Amino acid sequence: MAFEYAPAPESRSIVDLQSSYGLFIDGAFVDTTDGRSFKSVSPATEEVLAEITEAGPGDVDRAVKAARRAHTRVWGPMSGAERAKYLYRIARILQERARELAVLESLDNGKPIKESRDVDVPLVAAYFFYYAGWADKLGYAGFGPNPKSLGVAGQVIPWNFPLLMLAWKIAPALACGNTVVLKPAETTSLTALAFAEICQQADLPPGVVNIVTGAGDTGRALVEHDDVDKVAFTGSTEVGKAIARAVAGTDKKVTLELGGKAANIVFDDAPIDQAIEGIVNGIFFNQGHVCCAGSRLLVQESVADEVLDRLKRRMATLRVGDPLDKNTDVGAINSAEQLAKIRALSEVGEAEGAERWSAPCELPERGFWFPPTIFTGVSQAHRIAREEIFGPVLSVLTFRTPAEAVEKANNTPFGLSAGVWTDKGSRILWMANQLRAGVVWANTFNRFDPTSPFGGYKESGYGREGGRHGLEAYLNA
Amino acid sequence: MPDSSRIDVRKTYKLFIGGAFPRSESGRTYVAEDAKGRFVANAALASRKDARDAVGAARKAFAGWSARTPYNRGQVVYRIAEMLEGRRAQFVDEVSQSEGATARKADSLVAASIDRLVWYAGWADKVAQVVGSSNPVAGPYFDFSLPEPTGVVAVVAPPDSSLLGLVSVVAPAIVTGNTVVVLAAEGRPLPAITLTEVLATSDLPGGVVNVLTGRVAEVTPWLASHMDVNAIDLAGIDDAELARDLEVAAADNLKRVLRPRAETWTRTPDLSRMLWALETKTVWHPIGV
Repeated sequence: MAFEYAPAPESRSIVDLQSSYGLFIDGAFVDTTDGRSFKSVSPATEEVLAEITEAGPGDVDRAVKAARRAHTRVWGPMSGAERAKYLYRIARILQERARELAVLESLDNGKPIKESRDVDVPLVAAYFFYYAGWADKLGYAGFGPNPKSLGVAGQVIPWNFPLLMLAWKIAPALACGNTVVLKPAETTSLTALAFAEICQQADLPPGVVNIVTGAGDTGRALVEHDDVDKVAFTGSTEVGKAIARAVAGTDKKVTLELGGKAANIVFDDAPIDQAIEGIVNGIFFNQGHVCCAGSRLLVQESVADEVLDRLKRRMATLRVGDPLDKNTDVGAINSAEQLAKIRALSEVGEAEGAERWSAPCELPERGFWFPPTIFTGVSQAHRIAREEIFGPVLSVLTFRTPAEAVEKANNTPFGLSAGVWTDKGSRILWMANQLRAGVVWANTFNRFDPTSPFGGYKESGYGREGGRHGLEAYLNA
Repeated sequence: MPDSSRIDVRKTYKLFIGGAFPRSESGRTYVAEDAKGRFVANAALASRKDARDAVGAARKAFAGWSARTPYNRGQVVYRIAEMLEGRRAQFVDEVSQSEGATARKADSLVAASIDRLVWYAGWADKVAQVVGSSNPVAGPYFDFSLPEPTGVVAVVAPPDSSLLGLVSVVAPAIVTGNTVVVLAAEGRPLPAITLTEVLATSDLPGGVVNVLTGRVAEVTPWLASHMDVNAIDLAGIDDAELARDLEVAAADNLKRVLRPRAETWTRTPDLSRMLWALETKTVWHPIGV
């Protein structure tokens, strides 16, 4: 017997979209002086949502100058206690506008409203609350009695968690007394522009937060700007390396949060039902557009068949479709470009001899969609076991001993996250110890919290975001 | 009175790789001079292959060294201090000769080097308590963060401070569990070479510290671009152009880079030279019955 779900769409009337958006520089929305514009579409329908400005180098320069002025005159000299109150104010407004922001995020990004409403936006407010509290307590953070801000932070964020990544970047930067110029991803600018409005609503002094929309060239102009003191980037390892090269020989402080190819390791004594939920959450949460996604399932040979059977059964119940439908589990792929990448790597997976299985689901005709998919018979040499697919595609490998699991899990240039499923406490701690990854989730996966440091080993980047550790990136420590 | 007619026994200086003392595979040597430009010794002139051998030895040693208990690592580093103390007079001579320092100044530099090792030795089992944390997440999870060594660390030792500078860059890297390939001060390699004899007799497992002597311009590009090196400390690079090039090369596998900075080696250090070569690992587990 199959359960049918009546559609339960969240109304989009709460969102008030403008037909076009300028740049947010020095507290005001302004037109570009040397840039262009581009259209932002809803990935679920390909409907044009708005015209977005692509900032040119001159625009970026104006934004950096505004940020510098604000740092020198207002935000830098301001007491931590006063900065804290601005951040608390912003956190409260984020909560008040939570529903609107969730709908806007789902429209623009394609992620299910269930996720933007229950995960992204609540976490966004939580990060601002958390770092607001640090602003007047920095002397207790372990970076000396009177740590200083760095100055102007240039921040470039990805499209997978647009508003949440903004919060990870802006909240600690401002708490530490820096001013920021932030560039959102070109396919997901809308919630960053809504955040700019929130800064106005909070009467945040002009220039403390500047938002320059655009694509790679805009980001490059920002990262390479001479008057930027700190670069923070979340995105692909390839771009991360280019940034590391670009800042070489400068005094710029850098944090990079890059790609991953996390192993999610299931032992034969794991609580299987929970593990299945963890596997699904690990790779299908946010359409697999997650840098720390559990994209390699390592399952102990003795339970591999059982785990795969149950996993397929569970995947068949995932509801793929309209991001604004409250029943939806898996939304739209963020862009045509990303969809092409996922398709290309999946084809490589088949060509290299792995066996593909996709959940039987009807996909909408318009928009960008990919069904939840697993590959079995994957070897470590396969590209789908080595490269980040950044989509709802899971590669399944098996192991016999804990040592083999560790060996396979660590056999990657990445090192962002890992998952372990077992009932044995000592094994959890042993595995956690052996895994070369910045975050280890044991009997859970994809958990985030403002108090909890996040970031990678090896080619997954450097520096940590979140928690006390996350302050270091924005202090002259 | 020493017998002036006695022919002294001269020594061939070699590299220190994996706990052994090989010559450079290239067979080359170069002349190390004292502060006045007089001949001191022929030192091994390390090649690209020596650098790669040293990285291989450091990688091989990493699993064992990083798995030692912090208490044990602290004891080993303290043991280095003990051995150095025992050979203090020799180091005073060599530092004085290499740096042109007065005997008194050289004595204080050697004393500071010993004290620095003692200081770092004590950090082995404290750094995790100072920079680790239990994270009060908003949910039923136990969540903690710990520092872990980043892996193989390449170090370019300071050119000026042949012993104290060297100890000040190597000790903080190894005490937390990293393994090191260090290029000794190019023009003043003798104290570093003698230090390898101390390291070899200090319970330090082979490969934890590997010491190369040779040309900065020749060896460092191989270390910076080596894909099995996790981090590089550019302390000894005084050429801004070279520092930039090395940082660019290091980006190929996103090595952690410690840029050259002004240092006063005689000053008591802060934690930064330990922390830059540490990763933070965060572990989550649900709480429930």
